[in-house]
Amino acid sequence: MADGEVIYETEALIAEDIDAYLEQHQHKSLLRFITCGSVDDGKSTLIGRLLYDSKMIFEDQLASLEADSKQVGTQGQGIDFALLVDGLAAEREQGITIDVAYRFFATEKRKFIVADTPGHEQYTRNMVTGASTADLAVILVDARKGVLTQTRRHSYLSHLLGIRNIVLAVNKMDLVDYDQAAFDDIVSDYRDFAAGIGIEDFLAVPVSGLKGDNIIAKSSATPWYDGPALLDHLETVGLDFDRRRKQPFRMAVQWVNRPNLDFRGFSGMIASGRIAPGDPVRVLPSGKTSTVERIVTMPALGGGDGDGDLGHAIAGQSVTITLADEIDCSRGDVIAAADAPPEVADQFEATIVWMADEPMLPGRPYAIKIGTNNLRATITDEKYQVNVNTMEKMASKSLELNGIAVCNISTDRPVPFTPYDDNPDLGGFILIDRITNATVGAGMIHFALRRSQNIHWQAVDITREAHAEQKGQKAKLLWFTGLSGSGKSTIANLVEKKLHAMGKHSFLLDGDNVRHGLNRDLGFTDVDRVENIRRVGEVAKLMTDAGLIVLTAFISPFRAERQMVRAMLPESEFVEVFVDTPLEVAEQRDVKGLYRKARAGELKNFTGIDSPYEEPENAEIRVNTVEMTAEEAAEYIVEQLFNGS
Amino acid sequence: MTADAAPAPERLTHLERLEAEAIHIMREVVAEAENPVMMYSVGKDSAVMLHLAKKAFYPSPPPFPLLHVDTTWKFQAMYALREKAAKDAGMELIVHRNPEAEEKGINPFDHGSLHTDLWKTEGLKQALTAHGFDAAFGGARRDEEKARAKERVFSFRSANHGWDPKNQRPELWSLYNARKNKGESVRVFPLSNWTELDIWQYIHLNGIEIVPLYFSARRPTVERDGMILMVDDDRFRFEDGEEAVERSIRFRTLGCYPLTGAVESEATTLPEIIQEMLLTTTSEREGRAIDHDQAASMEKKKREGYF
Repeated sequence: MADGEVIYETEALIAEDIDAYLEQHQHKSLLRFITCGSVDDGKSTLIGRLLYDSKMIFEDQLASLEADSKQVGTQGQGIDFALLVDGLAAEREQGITIDVAYRFFATEKRKFIVADTPGHEQYTRNMVTGASTADLAVILVDARKGVLTQTRRHSYLSHLLGIRNIVLAVNKMDLVDYDQAAFDDIVSDYRDFAAGIGIEDFLAVPVSGLKGDNIIAKSSATPWYDGPALLDHLETVGLDFDRRRKQPFRMAVQWVNRPNLDFRGFSGMIASGRIAPGDPVRVLPSGKTSTVERIVTMPALGGGDGDGDLGHAIAGQSVTITLADEIDCSRGDVIAAADAPPEVADQFEATIVWMADEPMLPGRPYAIKIGTNNLRATITDEKYQVNVNTMEKMASKSLELNGIAVCNISTDRPVPFTPYDDNPDLGGFILIDRITNATVGAGMIHFALRRSQNIHWQAVDITREAHAEQKGQKAKLLWFTGLSGSGKSTIANLVEKKLHAMGKHSFLLDGDNVRHGLNRDLGFTDVDRVENIRRVGEVAKLMTDAGLIVLTAFISPFRAERQMVRAMLPESEFVEVFVDTPLEVAEQRDVKGLYRKARAGELKNFTGIDSPYEEPENAEIRVNTVEMTAEEAAEYIVEQLFNGS
Repeated sequence: MTADAAPAPERLTHLERLEAEAIHIMREVVAEAENPVMMYSVGKDSAVMLHLAKKAFYPSPPPFPLLHVDTTWKFQAMYALREKAAKDAGMELIVHRNPEAEEKGINPFDHGSLHTDLWKTEGLKQALTAHGFDAAFGGARRDEEKARAKERVFSFRSANHGWDPKNQRPELWSLYNARKNKGESVRVFPLSNWTELDIWQYIHLNGIEIVPLYFSARRPTVERDGMILMVDDDRFRFEDGEEAVERSIRFRTLGCYPLTGAVESEATTLPEIIQEMLLTTTSEREGRAIDHDQAASMEKKKREGYF
């Protein structure tokens, strides 16, 4: 049997040549991975199987396992592997894992740490915790059930936490007679979904945790499967540190080592890149530069290898470095490659996962830990919440336990950071309740909000009122919102023609036109859509500062984003124009053929089809395009505009 | 640049990553806690933890004292190494013996589990409270048994040192929340992700000094209830018909000598010990009498404040 041979070789080596075995073991790399799924998917059984087949279970544990299996197991007289990995007493009674448990095993090629986390939605925070340190996620599906809501949730969370290697383990293949068609259908379903949330690649493996198929070795029961066994893949897949090592050098200073006046070392764990004596470095946020003098480590006692000063060090190592110049540098600072320093900012857009029973409230101050910085932070704006089951965006003003939201966050002083996708060590943060000191949230930085960069407001003598007065008008922003095909652009265009004829100074910012220039770098991901609206809002604001009447035509489906723009302007200048067209009517018109594509599944996240449109609740002006022609609607808007003011 | 600069790797091995993680954890504690201490049990895990502490803060000595919660019943060889290790590291050694246990003459022969409760569990609480330590490093590993697989690296204790498994903080990335309210303390486990094999291999690679009892030698022993006990001093109580027999033995874990089972072995070098460990079929904690209860016993002990 193929399974047995792998173990036997290792065992023989241990018995015959322990030094050779130690030499081999010493050079193994470490892969951390997470398994996602519920007890029903056979997750614990799968992990138990990996431990059992790699001989990580001792005889006394096995004896107690056999006894437990008979007492509370679910496999009759057979061994219930799930009992091996279900830890705390309460969990064993309930038959579910409710925390994150870490398991260890090794093969000839690698050592592994498995984070075993619960699958249910109420344990989202536990899964996020386990995923935060994982290089790879094994997403389990039951071959009889296929891709479920929880599969989508687990995949979304794994992707959100930046896991780049996804394995879809289609489990319980024995219960579908190892049917290739069943497997292919599930994989095809999953591929469609995965592409939609940005998972570029994944490996699908047909397995049976109970029978051991395709786990340690390829199974003869699935001759049609030409990929690797699960363990083969785990042994050879790339590590995140390989990626980080190639980035510019960055290290957050943890502690300043000052045994005497002649020595000042900066201790920390290298977050990315490589460093050697003589390398020019820059300290952030001060921006001061120096060069690395030494990388100091303790000399070996008994002549062990690798000690003494290091010739260089790489991402993942904990080091102490000294600099050639006496410059200010303390805990919280980041030492970085001089020519590629990280950004420094005090306002960010970030995704936040809430982990406490008490909900997150924008405006409330929290303690925040980012890198080695302890600061104070406030959520300044919750842009939208994400439904972890459907990935839909929802407007929201707070965040409950296990909720996930994209927020703006502001810190009480500037910190060096990198976007989370580049480096979790300098782009991930935790939020802490300042009274209980509990960790209440975790966040991942997308980018710094530009206005946070140290730019001071320049006072000008010609005020915005003066600009408007010169034009004989009051500045306004007419924000047209409505479904695709509702007639926003058509009506806005007619309105502007009327304003122009009246001698008003106006400008129409059209969605498509803006994307040709200002926003040409933005796509249609959630983040990009929000940024699109933010930029349009900022540009419109500048134009109203110049005294113009600005018209914008964007679907802008979320109240939160429209609210964000409204908040940028003085009261009464923002006029929300709701172009109210029922979905059936807009879809029937389908001027650009987009609804047809969305219905055919060729367009994802299309508003009204698979992404919601949140109607304005108190729009200043509402036009119904079923009852009115475009011309009548434009007429009505102009009338409202000047009668109202 | 130094002429004899050691070559550094282009990819870290699992031991290098574990070492870096442990050092990172220790530095975080020193940066954020007011009064940290390192629990030092003189065992192999403590030896590795102490070595990592020296490495983390070099050229400074580790900026905290060592604390040994003594029961007066440890092996003589452990007391000898304890003094030497503290001196070599340039660290203060605090030895705490529960005065109540001392006064009552609590011992493992007469008092069963009360021995562990009073000397170790109570003794530890007393020492932490008396010195006002707000962070204590411990050498526990997640691979030791199931209840520990879920233990946090930073494990929070209430003002009366209680542990609530439902109320532990989520730990993400390498970000540890060390904030606590007055009176609360944190136990920190830098070796959480190490396995028994990792410990042994690290000792081997770094030439770390350990108690000689881990190596096999001919020692006076008694076999009792399936356990081989070592007659370490003249306080050992023989039962009827028992007498000391020389056996070639060594220990996989070390504790109070009347409670610690030895294994018969010929392993006299680290590679031989590792070889035996890898080929053996019983888990490490078998040798400790306190765990011979039900599966949930460790969880219960932790709730009460046992390390």
